[in-house]
Amino acid sequence: MRFFVESVGLLGPGLAGWQASRAVLLGTAPHISADVPLPAPELLPAAERRRTGLPVRLAIAAGLDALAHSTRRGDTLASVFTSSGGDGQVVHEICETLAGAERQVSPTRFHNSVHNAPAGYWSIALRAHPASTSLCGYDWSFAAGLLEAGAQCVVERAAVLLVSYDLPYPEPLHSKRPLEGVVGAALLLVPEKTREAFAGIELKIEPRVTAPTKMERTSLEALRARNPTGRALPLLRALAAPAATTILLEYLSENTLRVEVEAL
Amino acid sequence: MNPLTLTHYTLTSSLGAGLEAHVDALRGRRSGLAPCAFESARLDTWVGQVPDQQLASVPVSLARYDCRNNRLAHLALAQDGFDDAVSEARGRYGVHRIGLFLGTSTSGILETELAYRHRDPKTGALPADFEYAGTQNNFSLGQFVQARLGLSGPAVVISTACSSSAKVFAAAARMMAAGMCDAAIVGGTDSLCLTTLYGFGSLELLSPAPCRPFDAKRSGISIGEGAGFALLETASMQLGGDAIQLLGTGESSDAHHMSTPHPDGLGARLAMEGALASASLRPADIDYINLHGTATRTNDASEDKAVVGLFGDRTPCSSTKGATGHLLGAAGIVEAIVCMLALREGFMPGSANTEQVDPALRVHYLLDNVQQAPGRVMSNSFGFGGSNCSLILGRAG
Repeated sequence: MRFFVESVGLLGPGLAGWQASRAVLLGTAPHISADVPLPAPELLPAAERRRTGLPVRLAIAAGLDALAHSTRRGDTLASVFTSSGGDGQVVHEICETLAGAERQVSPTRFHNSVHNAPAGYWSIALRAHPASTSLCGYDWSFAAGLLEAGAQCVVERAAVLLVSYDLPYPEPLHSKRPLEGVVGAALLLVPEKTREAFAGIELKIEPRVTAPTKMERTSLEALRARNPTGRALPLLRALAAPAATTILLEYLSENTLRVEVEAL
Repeated sequence: MNPLTLTHYTLTSSLGAGLEAHVDALRGRRSGLAPCAFESARLDTWVGQVPDQQLASVPVSLARYDCRNNRLAHLALAQDGFDDAVSEARGRYGVHRIGLFLGTSTSGILETELAYRHRDPKTGALPADFEYAGTQNNFSLGQFVQARLGLSGPAVVISTACSSSAKVFAAAARMMAAGMCDAAIVGGTDSLCLTTLYGFGSLELLSPAPCRPFDAKRSGISIGEGAGFALLETASMQLGGDAIQLLGTGESSDAHHMSTPHPDGLGARLAMEGALASASLRPADIDYINLHGTATRTNDASEDKAVVGLFGDRTPCSSTKGATGHLLGAAGIVEAIVCMLALREGFMPGSANTEQVDPALRVHYLLDNVQQAPGRVMSNSFGFGGSNCSLILGRAG
């Protein structure tokens, strides 16, 4: 399955947007870990803006970062959102409430608890009516999202925005699922070699024989290893200075997703 | 899209375990709803619960996945010869070439809810035996079913609230068309939990009586649980007269509100139009529509506008949620299989519990079963976040 990349978005500790992050990924600028500010998106109506939690803000900011480097309108794009954990804060608050005597679940928390909350807020913010899906593949959520977005792009012959996001759970869930770092990544994929496309991608699923591609820098490797969206970093590093290269992503317990990157 | 063949399928819900139990219940217009006595819930509502005693533990080798949601999946997979059909498919295609596309909205969250009652009083820690990846994570269902069926091809869980296990058909069809797998298992499971019961309660969407879709006196949803699975193969497979095909899929976003549908059913209409376009069919080609029909005031009014706007007021329609309750993340697959049964058995199911159709609603709503064989049917599934999906299924003949 082969498709093309028109633009990229990236937010994470010390990774403040795709433009600023490229040199960090390539190792030509220092990686200074600092929180990325995630304000509520201005594009949302005030009532919705107030209700957004961090995962929604992260996913929307990553998607908008990719759009900022594109001439395409967000309302024309099909979208694929992928995340291992969704909104752990909301799950924690609901479970605390349900363990108490009153069980007064907040309606806003409940509708924010659905895994497709970021997709819902995104469609409202961008007034986007095209197809949108929301996936989970545990540690392999990014690879699963890349496969789904690629298939949609190739089969429907349409531009597709892939947004991957993951952030730490609060305690006591954190001890059971210790994710680190607030990381959001986005790829705008197209089926043809357009003028804006700067890299080609070919995907193959193979039985796992070798270890996945890692990051050389230890601080970035830590993000890759400890955050399911961080698993995208080796591919994003390849896209930061495209050249013919192969990235291996872990995909499910027994497979590798082989990503052949081609410079255009 | 190129039609795909649904060669084997099965489902379980409060109506019973397996295809024949569902045919009997639909023919007899029986409802599986009963006053809510689930766990410790104290809510004035009805639910479609699968009896606890039917939910056997998952196999010992897969014990880390043991939770109500995966027990429901385990129960369904053992019915109607589905395990054997997958076993044959494994031999035919190879374990790496069969994709797995499943939907759930809440996965095994019930385990987390229960674990929060047993936190360490000093540290707040969850009990040592709480298994996050095997239960709460949405992909728990994917990992469990993949291991249970001995598959290792592409696998993913779609979680878009109440459209989750309808969208699996579209994802599977695309992945097959892209050549990433040669066949696919599609399905979904959702199980009762306190998050959805109290959550829908907080939105004042739970009916105090058995839900009555499209009724003038409808007063909200009844939550149900269940599971369904189907084996999707290319149409070149040998086609018997009973073979059911997936003809089209359509997906859209409301872009309107997180928990309220677009008042004119804009997203619903876009999904139905998308399904017709993907099947190269016109509205007049559809003989029956299985509505999303949740029985909330707003859903039914909005879906009515969308259906009448596209099909007019003569296409027979009904919601089967009065029989099963609203299966949330499993609604898409269970209602798609209800449609397959309608195609196979040659009837259109009427609506359980609905007494008098709301005169403000204009669709041709079926209160009673119609003994007339539909050739092509549509199934609608719409979810929170404005996530919509319509499927078109038909007889191969």
